[in-house]
Amino acid sequence: MGAAGDARAGSGATFLGALKDAALVALITLGLSFPIVALKTEQDLQTRLILVERWGLVATLCAIAFALRLAWLLLGTHVRLPRAASLLDASSMAKLRLLAPWIGLLFVLAFPLIALGIAAAGGPGPLKLIDNYGIQILIYVLLGLGLNIVVGLAGLLDLGFVAFYAVGAYSSALLTKTFGLSFWIVLPLAGILASFWGLMIGLPVLRLRGDYLAIVTLAFAEIVRLVLINWVPVTGGYAGISGIPKPTILGFPQTPLTRLLFMYYFILALVLIANWVTTRLRALPIGRAWEAMREDEIACRSLGINTVMTKLTAFSTGAFFGGIAGAFFAARQGFISPESFVFMESAVILAIVVLGGLGSQIGVAIAAVVMIGGTELLRELGFLKAVFGADFDPAQYRMLLFGLAMVVLMVWRPRGLIARRVPSILLGASSRAAPGAPRG
Amino acid sequence: MDYFVQQLINGLTLGSIYGLIAIGYTMVYGIIGMINFAHGDVFMLSAFIALILFLLLTQIFGVLSLGVALIIVLILGMALTSLWNWMIERVAYRPLRGSFRLAPLISAIGMSIFLSNFVQVVQGPNNKAIEPMLTNVLVIPVGTGSVTLAEKQLVIMATTAVLLLVLWYVVQKTPFGRAQRATEQDRKMASLLGVDVDRTISLTFVMGAALASVAGLLWMMYYGVVSFSDGFVPGVKAFTAAVLGGIGSLPGAVLGGLLIGLIETFWSAYFSIDYKDVAAFSILAVVLIFLPSGLLGRPDVEKV
Repeated sequence: MGAAGDARAGSGATFLGALKDAALVALITLGLSFPIVALKTEQDLQTRLILVERWGLVATLCAIAFALRLAWLLLGTHVRLPRAASLLDASSMAKLRLLAPWIGLLFVLAFPLIALGIAAAGGPGPLKLIDNYGIQILIYVLLGLGLNIVVGLAGLLDLGFVAFYAVGAYSSALLTKTFGLSFWIVLPLAGILASFWGLMIGLPVLRLRGDYLAIVTLAFAEIVRLVLINWVPVTGGYAGISGIPKPTILGFPQTPLTRLLFMYYFILALVLIANWVTTRLRALPIGRAWEAMREDEIACRSLGINTVMTKLTAFSTGAFFGGIAGAFFAARQGFISPESFVFMESAVILAIVVLGGLGSQIGVAIAAVVMIGGTELLRELGFLKAVFGADFDPAQYRMLLFGLAMVVLMVWRPRGLIARRVPSILLGASSRAAPGAPRG
Repeated sequence: MDYFVQQLINGLTLGSIYGLIAIGYTMVYGIIGMINFAHGDVFMLSAFIALILFLLLTQIFGVLSLGVALIIVLILGMALTSLWNWMIERVAYRPLRGSFRLAPLISAIGMSIFLSNFVQVVQGPNNKAIEPMLTNVLVIPVGTGSVTLAEKQLVIMATTAVLLLVLWYVVQKTPFGRAQRATEQDRKMASLLGVDVDRTISLTFVMGAALASVAGLLWMMYYGVVSFSDGFVPGVKAFTAAVLGGIGSLPGAVLGGLLIGLIETFWSAYFSIDYKDVAAFSILAVVLIFLPSGLLGRPDVEKV
């Protein structure tokens, strides 16, 4: 609630000034919460709407705002979070930066074991941990890597990435259910079909720039979703498609646990492949062209780069990853419906890419862990019921806090979590740096 | 013929509401070049505020005259929604001014998620329905048949027309409007010439919210039901309208709003109601492919 008097924070150093400022913030909170929080609309027995007064809640909110603002003004200027860079000297920092991806990889590989360990120690079941955290986050990492090519590398703002996810999921579900094709054939097919859709959407919108492109991609994604809802004979409408067969190798994964482990390592492999492909593409002329186009499209065109082809390849490559993720999602759930492909998903994927730091693959992974893992964690806070009463449902606040976290993270680090951008190519000695090394 | 005229009336009513929301998008885009994704949810919030104030006045204070109640709701709702949007700009967008292009957009998407879930948490997830009001209809003979013009449709179109006149006056004739247009053209130059840019931007958000709050009241009055998820679809359609008309152009936003309303209504009337949104979005895509800066937008000049 740092609403008022940010400019006057300097004069707020005096206690009285801070008090006045905090009182103003409390007053604004009162104004904001007057009708919407203070009076709750509820239906009575005749299904008429009546108002229930909740002034206590408003008073609590105002008090919280007052206290937070006061604390911020009085302490915020004195307390400084120690920066990681000041704790470590430059050389160990560089070493850490080099090692971090490998430590991360090791952790991800060992994650199922850790989950089993937690379960053995009396925590929640390993199935739930691996499924809700491991697989869920990795799907978003894969989607983020796909969108990262379009938004992060090529600089094309795509608000409808979920369309490719949906195309991948529905095409794989329909192909396996209707034609009985094996998952291993369908997976690449779903990617290819999605990348065709990328071409199809990309072709007409190439003339558009910036925000016009954003709204048209959003419109296309909505069209795809509406068609999925309304084309009932093929897609099943709201009911969706259920009973999608699970992938197997020679009938191998049979128990729920082994199947889950199989799915976990499979999506992990897909993510690692996608990461490797992205890294390699960035070293190829096409990847260089994407990044050049992001920086300056006109300069790019005058240097003879075919921007039409460059944009189309970015769109279809990103869509390919989205399609693969969709096919995996369909196989993992066994059930898909248009509910899974709403605009919110596009927004979440875009948030992961931007919060991670545009163009950074490690950033995508970290942002996915923070955002998806964080909101999943909120489902677990059942103990808060003991504090706030039995009708307090923490899951209700999940998306509210998700939205708030997006705003706070963006204001805190506008360039994303991994803001340091390593150029793909440098003039001079460092241009011989190994191109295969993981980049931040 | 009468069927056609009837749909025309319905389409213009819906289009008026879209137009009012679209102005908020287009003004903010014009002045800071940002898609204010939270605007649709501000509209939804304002519909809730209008609903609660209306219930408060009629049930607790016992205001009997519907007209008086609606006017009080209109004015109070405008003030409260403006306060919300002012706060949102202050907290979520102002710290990101001058940052790179996508940062405020993500912040706005986060704000939009926050607002719709906030309303869901504090007001509950159910649809909120009130008794229909202004139910009188005028029957006008047209050709062989007749069309009905509901009183509330008349109120919606009249309110929109009056507000547009006020808006036109404010933007074209007042010192604030001049400052706003100057900021839109060149922010740095405007601030060098003594325009308080931050204040102008704040006031632009306030104006956008005031218009959205009128749209929220009209929506609540027209449909008689609001829900926390009502922000997204009207918001996207209003944004589509703003882009269709040429983003940054005020007459364009109104024209786009009316067009989207008409397209949607006629498509539902003559073809299929299921695909009405598909029609609106497809026409947007087609128009933008041939007129990349919208119907009334100025074409971008590429400077090197």
